[in-house]
Amino acid sequence: MTGAPKTPRTVPRKSATFDEHTLSEIRRAAATGIYDIRGAGAKRALPHFDDLLFLGASISRYPLEGYRETCRTDVVLGDRFASKPIHLKIPITIAGMSFGSLSAQAKEALGRGASAMGTSTTTGDGGMTEEERGHSSQLVYQYLPSRYGMNPDDLRRADAIEVVIGQGAKPGGGGMLLGQKIGARVAEMRNLPEGIDQRSACRHPDWTGPDDLEIKIQELREITNWEKPIYVKVGASRPYYDIALAVKSGADVVVLDGMQGGTAATQDVFIEHVGIPILGAIRPAVAALQELGMHRKVQLVVSGGVRNGADVAKCLALGADAVSIGTAALVAIGDNDPRWEAEYNALGTTAGAYDDWHEGNDPAGITTQNPELASRLDPIEAGRRLANYLAVLTLECQTIARANGKSDVRNLEPEDLVALTVEAAAMARVPLAGTDWIPGQNGR
Amino acid sequence: MSVKTLSNTALDLSTLSVREVNRILHAAEDGAFTVLHPNGAHALACGLNAPIDVSIQGHAGYYCAGMNKAASVTIDGTAGTGLAENIMSGTVRVTGDASQSAGASGHGGLVVIEGDASARCGISMKGVDIVVGGSVGHMSAFMAQSGILAVLGDAGEALGDSIYEAHLYVRGKVAGLGADCVEKEMRPEHIAELRALLDRAGYPDVDATTFRRYGSARTLYHFHVDNVGTY
Repeated sequence: MTGAPKTPRTVPRKSATFDEHTLSEIRRAAATGIYDIRGAGAKRALPHFDDLLFLGASISRYPLEGYRETCRTDVVLGDRFASKPIHLKIPITIAGMSFGSLSAQAKEALGRGASAMGTSTTTGDGGMTEEERGHSSQLVYQYLPSRYGMNPDDLRRADAIEVVIGQGAKPGGGGMLLGQKIGARVAEMRNLPEGIDQRSACRHPDWTGPDDLEIKIQELREITNWEKPIYVKVGASRPYYDIALAVKSGADVVVLDGMQGGTAATQDVFIEHVGIPILGAIRPAVAALQELGMHRKVQLVVSGGVRNGADVAKCLALGADAVSIGTAALVAIGDNDPRWEAEYNALGTTAGAYDDWHEGNDPAGITTQNPELASRLDPIEAGRRLANYLAVLTLECQTIARANGKSDVRNLEPEDLVALTVEAAAMARVPLAGTDWIPGQNGR
Repeated sequence: MSVKTLSNTALDLSTLSVREVNRILHAAEDGAFTVLHPNGAHALACGLNAPIDVSIQGHAGYYCAGMNKAASVTIDGTAGTGLAENIMSGTVRVTGDASQSAGASGHGGLVVIEGDASARCGISMKGVDIVVGGSVGHMSAFMAQSGILAVLGDAGEALGDSIYEAHLYVRGKVAGLGADCVEKEMRPEHIAELRALLDRAGYPDVDATTFRRYGSARTLYHFHVDNVGTY
């Protein structure tokens, strides 16, 4: 006789709610008593451009011949009031990233790559460096709440000015550059003691609200002889109202950054839980511009998770005039490259996941002020890689535009798109694929 | 108000636009100018970049003398928000009161407000020296990085909140100090520093020893969990 059959056991089951990362974060919080600070943008799965598809041409629409028929990519930014608007050869710009958060070599590489492709780069908190001015044929100078390194000479030698209200990774948040990255040069540029944790304010020191902003923009124009385009950058939170107010305030260009947009250092809880995905922000922004009669007159630049030419094309089809890339540009020049895997492992992470950019130990020499690490990045070679990447984005975008019968990438339109999910259909305001249903539109 | 006309170029805002006035001032490499009928115009005499003298006869609006470099600007009246914001060098003086954020993020030079200054005077100051003949409002010298703020009257709530290395001197009462701002000993070198500033600002008869000194306790210079209740 054998014994009674054993009771079958279920296999161990881990919680979908309390997943491995969540559990590790609870343990980390319990051990330290302080929230997690990291770089990069939102890492959670979000409705994104992958949830959209282009329809292409068929009987009802003619495609254009690839490699033969022209498909323009150039764009002019800031011709509303400025006497010297920005002329870009491609509709892809480099987003604001500071010297301090990035090494001088990285800033130079971004300038070299962007200039080779006829597009612009952008300064960040901390002022303008000679490396980025010297290697950027078109440089946008950020005007930030901290005013670190802010001076009228740099304002005048910039090609455009970007008044930063917020960014997608942390709408409503200021900045934090930890002491490890406040070396002598960064400290001098920011007029702060070396080695201390440096805070960047979340509000501008001398204006509050759109009425004040209008006067601030007037001042910036007066100082720069009404030559420079004035951009206003906001994080995606209430895009319809924010873009309308930016236009009312006199912006030449509005920059809209979704929650997937990167940051140098912010609380993880902020990055993952404040703001909205760029997919849900573009159409309300465009609606505001259209209702004001300012679409294409005040240009819209969008950012936050742009990775390939399809993403670029989708942004343009939804109504943007150009896109901006930050994280993807860093990856192109070598960030999170598997060649440094052993060193990422030594830091307790792995290539592709490294986000402790605030600690200044980046093996790739990009998000660091450590001279030895920074010297690993060859700005000429890295700039070449960025130029290659920008070329691919542009070619991919053109490929899609031609397939949809467009002789200019900015002729792409919402009617060229469908959505794969109900959520994406509602956010992008395009039909669910195979239907004529746009959730939330026309009372449906 | 007296109108200076001798060896002066008069710029009358009742007939010229702010753009035209600023263009003339920006083009000048030296000389003296009198701006008439400002009537609260914004962005007046901002972005000056040469050692010129500018007298504004009347009230100025927002950002008067903003980002000033080398020039000497006097407002014979009151000034709106952001007087001499981000001043780099030179001198900006207002004979009356100034609205909020006077001298905000100033990197150098001297700002003198003979009357009172409203809230956030000297916010984010980065090397500018500011002397206020009257009192300053709340949150003055918020996140002040360097430079000197001297107040002959009183200071409002939260003076020097989150201050870095700026030096604050107040002769009257302080309604309250902000996070990480503490009163400090007034040593001889501080009296000498203040004395020199008061002389430069046109207050030779004010006794520097009657001021109290405030500055950073430097306890928030590194983000630490023990300070969470302070932030």
